[in-house]
Amino acid sequence: MYTQGLTPETETPVRAIGDEAAMARFQARIDAEQRIEPNDAMPAAYRRTLLRQISQHAHSEIVGMLPEGNWITRAPSLRRKVALLAKVQDECGHGLYLYAAAETLDATREQLYDDLLAGKARYSSIFNYPTPTWADIGAIGWLVDGAAIMNQIPLCRCSYGPYARAMIRVCKEESFHQRQGFEIMMTLARGTDAQKRMAQDALNRWWWPCLMMFGPPDTQSQHSDTSTLWKIKRFSNDELRQKFVDATVPQAHHLGLSLPDPKLHFDEISGHWRYGDIDWEEFRQVLAGHGPCNQERMAARRKAHDDGAWVREAALAHAEKHKARAA
Amino acid sequence: MATPRFPLWEVFIRSRTGLAHRHVGSLHAVDVASALEAARDLFTRRNEGVSIWVVPSASISASDPAEKAMMFDPASDKIYRHPTFYEVPEDVGHM
Amino acid sequence: MSTASISLSKEPLVRFILRRADDALVLGHRLSEWCGHAPLLEEEMALANIALDHLGQARALYTYAAEVEAAGLDEDAYAYRRDPVDYLNVLLVERPNGDFAHTIVRLWLYSAFMSLWWQAMTGSKDAQLSAIAARAVKEVAYHLRHAANWLVRLGDGTAQSHQRTQMALDQLWPYAGEMFTSQPDEEDLIATGIAIDPETLRQAWLTRIMNEAAQALLKMPTAPFSQQGGRSGNHSEAMGHLLAELQFMQRTYPGAQW
Repeated sequence: MYTQGLTPETETPVRAIGDEAAMARFQARIDAEQRIEPNDAMPAAYRRTLLRQISQHAHSEIVGMLPEGNWITRAPSLRRKVALLAKVQDECGHGLYLYAAAETLDATREQLYDDLLAGKARYSSIFNYPTPTWADIGAIGWLVDGAAIMNQIPLCRCSYGPYARAMIRVCKEESFHQRQGFEIMMTLARGTDAQKRMAQDALNRWWWPCLMMFGPPDTQSQHSDTSTLWKIKRFSNDELRQKFVDATVPQAHHLGLSLPDPKLHFDEISGHWRYGDIDWEEFRQVLAGHGPCNQERMAARRKAHDDGAWVREAALAHAEKHKARAA
Repeated sequence: MATPRFPLWEVFIRSRTGLAHRHVGSLHAVDVASALEAARDLFTRRNEGVSIWVVPSASISASDPAEKAMMFDPASDKIYRHPTFYEVPEDVGHM
Repeated sequence: MSTASISLSKEPLVRFILRRADDALVLGHRLSEWCGHAPLLEEEMALANIALDHLGQARALYTYAAEVEAAGLDEDAYAYRRDPVDYLNVLLVERPNGDFAHTIVRLWLYSAFMSLWWQAMTGSKDAQLSAIAARAVKEVAYHLRHAANWLVRLGDGTAQSHQRTQMALDQLWPYAGEMFTSQPDEEDLIATGIAIDPETLRQAWLTRIMNEAAQALLKMPTAPFSQQGGRSGNHSEAMGHLLAELQFMQRTYPGAQW
């Protein structure tokens, strides 16, 4: 990823575009599928949109470590334990790739992270749901990562170079995440009655929140138009949601599990699975901070940050002394 | 209190012997030792490398995109620098 | 599949392997507790990597113990289905993580010992143990480097970090001695070159520890190595809680496959 380091110090790191001719040139580059790089001229709104999206994405990876991290010490076998730890570690890595991409937009990770901890920045609503049982680890891998992949694969072709490159790396690494989740679900679905019940219960709880992950319906989405024009987004929320449903319903049937939607049916004419009404009020409540785990998630991240303050100060102090001694 | 900044580093990795180091990303670290360790832990978890360079981002100077035309366009019409510019009869064989 | 606790083998080689495997399992478990809670994001990556190395060592060793014992057990039977008195790890690794200084000092004391131990074990007459050692010796070299670098940063950082690190060293020091004890049933294994006598590593360990402690501006503790018992199954209170978490699923759903 490029960084502010590549910007001559006398320049404004990210050039703003004002006049109409320049806007047209920018749009022509986008339409020609050219990638925009950090030092290129770009409209302020393009920069803002990207910074918001990339930093929210990064925050989601970091907060997203918590629900699964909840089961690392209780994983039921050593094989599951190492897979889960490696997966949660990957999420941290993905957060770091994404923060670095965001930093090319004239932001600092510290500022972005402070905004998260101060409750000023958003992260994916899905991580505010709890993981009370082991089956939740299967459900998250299978459904949440499955939904995330639907979102992330098109982002590998996003018009902004650093974001696209980060997503290529993320998608490559995430390919094992969904498979390990599905394998957990499959083992449960073929297991004892208690395990089957656990699997069904998890699917019941995660299904609707996963459909919400794709964001509000296209009729209500605020950011989609310009994002599409600028090729940040390649598919609409509803398109991605439908792709996810079409891919996942047959997988659930393969597992012998039922989906918690009485209206779900296959539409022969369109070839799509049609789903019932999503409770958008729940989505709004979770985003507004009133989900089942919003408080715990933020408290856990704040505690880690506060408890670690002396460590970061010590590291900086040591580096300063070392520099002074070497000089 | 705002979180204090750790310096930013650019990471370059040689994926296997015989290949050049390639830029893979950036990270924050207080010193060279921790930058190298963090680069190893972040970018080589899946056997992606056999050698790592870390460089303080502030030490990199870049060409200005506004000068792209001046810098790079003049090279585009110097076709005589490429082998295909020259004619060699086919019966001479590969050259 | 049997669901009750397994009983501990009397076979000296099995016990020897389990002692080392349990150290790796328990320390890997402790390090994994940091996941999501580390002082900086880059350190999340590092601690998870080190935890994964330990869990990998534990799995290799349990699998070999199962082969030697030949009682139809597997890695999970050893890891999840023993009673607390049958875990043979040293007390040092089961100490709660404490603050980051505690975690680093423990990792440093332990890795400094283990780098010597695995190095010596690469020459074991047991081909399997020697092969496991050949891999582990590289892993632990990195753990030691990482821990020692942090030790110096924290010891020679701020007044607060120095104080925390000195306190961690003082509190963990009494637990370090147990690493050098060998058990009566190991005598033959040592005599035949399968195992090594950890006492022979003490001087090299101490030299390294004193050197790095000095770089970190830490005072060497004078307290005796008074705490031991883990190797013979006498564990701390913390171990009970650790096992309650570790074993929760296997104990709650006996016989299930995961």
